[in-house]
Amino acid sequence: MAKTIKEINEKITKGEVVVVTAEEITEIVGKEGIKKAAQKVDVVTTGTFGPMCSSGAYFNIGHATPKMKLGGGRAYLNDVPVYTGFAAVDVYIGATALPDDDPRNKVFPGEFKYGGGHVIEDLVAGKDVMLAATAYGTDCYPRKKLETRINIKDLNEAVLFNPRNAYQNYNVAVNLSDKVIYTYMEMLKPNLGNANYCSAGQLSPLLNDPYYKTIGVGTRIFLGGGVGYVVWQGTQHNPSVPRKDNGTPCVPAGALAVLGDLKRMRPEWLLGTSMLGYGTTLTVGIGIPIPVLNEEICQFTAVKDDDIWTQIVDYSEDYPQGKKGSLGEVNYAQLKTGKIVIQGKEVPTGSLSSYPKAVEIANTLKEWIKKGDFLLTDPVAYLPGPETGYTFKPLKEKPNEK
Amino acid sequence: MGKNPPSTSPCIHFLDVVTMITKRIVLHFPHRVADQPIVYKLAKDYDLEFNILKAYITPEEGGLLVLELHGESKNYNQGIQYLTGVGVKTQPLSQDVIRNETRCSHCGVCVPLCPAGAFVVEPSTREVHFDDAKCIACGLCVKFCPIRAMEVRF
Repeated sequence: MAKTIKEINEKITKGEVVVVTAEEITEIVGKEGIKKAAQKVDVVTTGTFGPMCSSGAYFNIGHATPKMKLGGGRAYLNDVPVYTGFAAVDVYIGATALPDDDPRNKVFPGEFKYGGGHVIEDLVAGKDVMLAATAYGTDCYPRKKLETRINIKDLNEAVLFNPRNAYQNYNVAVNLSDKVIYTYMEMLKPNLGNANYCSAGQLSPLLNDPYYKTIGVGTRIFLGGGVGYVVWQGTQHNPSVPRKDNGTPCVPAGALAVLGDLKRMRPEWLLGTSMLGYGTTLTVGIGIPIPVLNEEICQFTAVKDDDIWTQIVDYSEDYPQGKKGSLGEVNYAQLKTGKIVIQGKEVPTGSLSSYPKAVEIANTLKEWIKKGDFLLTDPVAYLPGPETGYTFKPLKEKPNEK
Repeated sequence: MGKNPPSTSPCIHFLDVVTMITKRIVLHFPHRVADQPIVYKLAKDYDLEFNILKAYITPEEGGLLVLELHGESKNYNQGIQYLTGVGVKTQPLSQDVIRNETRCSHCGVCVPLCPAGAFVVEPSTREVHFDDAKCIACGLCVKFCPIRAMEVRF
């Protein structure tokens, strides 16, 4: 008995929709079986809250008097450089952008106290940020210098636009060397001192829709505490990877490009983040509703942590040198016990992604849907699946020919 | 009321009460003292239990010890006098590490990184509990918490 999104939305409007989180559906399927669960449940909500480096926001700051063209000039928000390769007053700030005078790793490991991600958090929190800009001046945009405080309320547009978020699974990072290393997976202690993972596991959006049957371009989502949309596959989207029988990939696979109105987001769901010895980024909260259109989709959402596997990767040598291969496979239930065994040694685990916050996001989205405040959307285009052969390649260096 | 107690009744004078204390102190050693068994003497001569929280000693250069001492307060005071007498500078460990409870997102990255094991995941909610009794105020988490939820308080 297949359902459609139109039917589900009618139920939402009437206040009759049956919506559960990705944790709850697992229990329901366990007790009542797939057939009954698929009939009974209309929507399954998923969530994730973790550092997502490929994030940023674009703004239209409004025209000064006399007019000034930031495009082709230089501009900074709280000393963090913004990208000025657009029109006169459109700028983009990325989560990993750093002030020119940030010492970075000159005194190792650098602290990276403030960067693009922090500017985004400050703006969403309603704080004033300092804009400083210089331009080369033109007849129609004669002004060459501008310094002003701006607030998100004053901006014409403030749009969160993240080229890659919500990675479908990720590695477990370890350090086989005898020195501490500092990575985007946090500090890794020497000689398998810790094993860090970064995924919401059974709550993770794309792990609940492993073949992208419902999540596609135009899918409405919870983004940063407000409403957003999936707008494209994320960069490095890689559907053509080894998968388990339940469809979940056992290496990092798909990803989403997402967008939404920053003015309606909340700072507790967009946190400026500093990775010691590595750089700044933005911790983003995302929640995606999965319409239970048929039994197959219901089965995918019933996935549990012990059915989702990932690879252990050495970040001291293998990862930076692009060497393939893994030190072994583990599942998320094992990772959550706090210890895993690698090369005969018991290694404590740490998570970069917050599971309690993922639960909170899935529950929040569930409430929005129950209240009738959030309708689901049919994708206007589907993300490339494994059948397309779409894959992600490393850079092939080609030296300049003289 | 107003009567003096009979001289034969047991009467505990305030000054006879034994006060047990626990204090954390930072010891700065000049190099000439670094090879003396200071901590052994604190334990043996002043009956103080000790727990070494942090040690950084280089024999030619002197060093630093952070100790937790437990014992009778009068012994503790005499122990401190002894340390000062042999040229060791002491100061209370006055810094504390606290968690900003609204900012902490309970990600769990601190759990395997804290050298004192002060962060523990509560299995049913997956929230991270910070046990400040275990905290040795080393300050490492203040640097590695990605969202800066840990702060040093003086």
